[in-house]
Amino acid sequence: MSETMSVEATQATERPGRLREFWFYFRENRGAVIGLWVFVVFAFLALFGPWIAPHDPTAQFRDATLQPPFWQEGGNWTYPLGTDPLGRDMLSRLIVGARYSFFVGVVVVSIAASGGILIGLLAGFAPKWADNIIMRIMDIILAFPSLLLALVLVAILGPSLTNAMIAIAIVLQPHYVRLTRASVLSEKQKDYVTSARVAGAGLVRLMFVTVLPNCLAPIIVQAALSFSTAILDAAALGFLGMGAQPPTPEWGTMLAEAREFILRAWWVVTFPGLAILVTVLAINLMGDGLRDALDPKLKRS
Amino acid sequence: MLNYVLSRLLTFVPTFIGVTLISFAFIRVLPGDPIIVMAGERGLTQERYAELEQQFGFDRPIVVQFWEYLTGVLHGDLGNSFVTKKPVWDEFFALFPATLELSICAMIFAVALGLPAGVIAAVNRGKLYDRTLMSTALVGYSMPIFWWALLLIIVFSGNLQWTPVSGRIDLIYYFPDPTGFMLIDSLASGQKGAFASAVRHLILPTIVLGTIPLAVIARQTRSAMLEVLGEDYIRTARAKGLSPGRINGIHALRNALIPVITVIGLSVGTLLAGAILTETIFSWPGIGKWMVDSIFRRDYPVVQGGLLLIAVMVMVVNLTVDMLYGVINPKIRKR
Repeated sequence: MSETMSVEATQATERPGRLREFWFYFRENRGAVIGLWVFVVFAFLALFGPWIAPHDPTAQFRDATLQPPFWQEGGNWTYPLGTDPLGRDMLSRLIVGARYSFFVGVVVVSIAASGGILIGLLAGFAPKWADNIIMRIMDIILAFPSLLLALVLVAILGPSLTNAMIAIAIVLQPHYVRLTRASVLSEKQKDYVTSARVAGAGLVRLMFVTVLPNCLAPIIVQAALSFSTAILDAAALGFLGMGAQPPTPEWGTMLAEAREFILRAWWVVTFPGLAILVTVLAINLMGDGLRDALDPKLKRS
Repeated sequence: MLNYVLSRLLTFVPTFIGVTLISFAFIRVLPGDPIIVMAGERGLTQERYAELEQQFGFDRPIVVQFWEYLTGVLHGDLGNSFVTKKPVWDEFFALFPATLELSICAMIFAVALGLPAGVIAAVNRGKLYDRTLMSTALVGYSMPIFWWALLLIIVFSGNLQWTPVSGRIDLIYYFPDPTGFMLIDSLASGQKGAFASAVRHLILPTIVLGTIPLAVIARQTRSAMLEVLGEDYIRTARAKGLSPGRINGIHALRNALIPVITVIGLSVGTLLAGAILTETIFSWPGIGKWMVDSIFRRDYPVVQGGLLLIAVMVMVVNLTVDMLYGVINPKIRKR
């Protein structure tokens, strides 16, 4: 504790840069740092999974179906976490599966955030009637339970991972619109915006250069939180048979395939779900840390 | 106050029309010709096609079609299911009590555990209790509930044989169901063991569906309590020499409850989304399973009607919560 105090004292004198200040507050939250490390491992597996995995995730070893993990009787180190009903190596499938969840998170958040920020900015700067129309449309999307709407959208588009991502992005996007619009409305009142306008800044410049950077903090937190929502929803859709299709080693789809074996082979059910839980938990921990570090209200209390 | 209620009601109307528009559009944006899809007949002749087109009203202008759909909805006419040929409206309300019963139990579970957990965490801020409870809450919040359900089935149904895996009650019991709530009906039937069987069937789905609301309520209660505990009147109460139990339980909790109640009210949507997964896994004959089954059976009128009814229900609940909140908290009204 005294160590952090002294660090704070020295940093206060030299006015640290934004990033360093952020890291200083982020580091105080131990959970967030653990979350960050888990996320780094997850991202690493997502990028290099196929080269790390001991086996081909779709290769079927017919003489080794439903083998238990190595510490149980009948298991061995060839398949450390056992094999599934078709004799595929669980560990390899889990490692390669990381890239689908990572991909889902990145794509969904990029689409939902960029679309949502743009619409939110427009709503914040638009005349009142246009703002009203945009927000009513967002209300309509929010009236449907997100998973149900995603499910129906996928039913229309046809079940696949791509369509699941599109559906989830559509469902998550109103949250960004609301958040951006709320920040824009409160920032617009401030003097620096007025002075920029008086100095002759055009509307586009006002929107993207003057106001947007000051609205980003809550949006970044929302991005972290919806990253985990996206992974959960995509896994749920996969579990219901409406997301990635077998034999893709997506974690939710793996769970769906393993359902009938739950009472015979606990490992085919336990590990994919554990992978989802650990990933989502890590991202949520990080999100909490981000919020604490970026939220000026809590910062100096 | 009246102004506040009226303005809230006014925003309800366009949203309702929009929701109806989306469910109206649903059957028209499906891949393929909606008439062929809806007819469900093979080898349609030209004459039959024209006849069906007229029968479904597809030959008229789209605005007229939407108007007729809207008036039909307001009269409780949502069309008939392809599979059972029964009206969607009747099917929905026959299955709804099952979902309602499960949701109520899940909410009771979540509040009964979440409120005390949040209070204990807030009172012991920064201590071991707080950290343990809040870490657990975050795990619950991050839980993929479909996996959680499978784990519980492995442990409690598979290994311990304590609870059944699916359905609402053992098949050996049969009795009339005037209320649709299995707990009440089984008690009213007076059959030995029926109530116990219904309870055993409810336990796992309740836990699964209640997990995420439980975590949300615990976190929300903690932060609301922390905010209230910093207020001056709490210090006054302490200075007066009131016991900590009285301060925390009566002075603080009562004021912390307002945001918590809002969260409870607004989690109806979360509950319904959770019900889709929970009911599918436990073969619980409610709205969620009905929707998933209908999507797989391509029973489009059911999907369309169910989507609309669920959305309207969520909207009505949110509106009610909003208004109640305005009644409790005058600050909101004056916005």
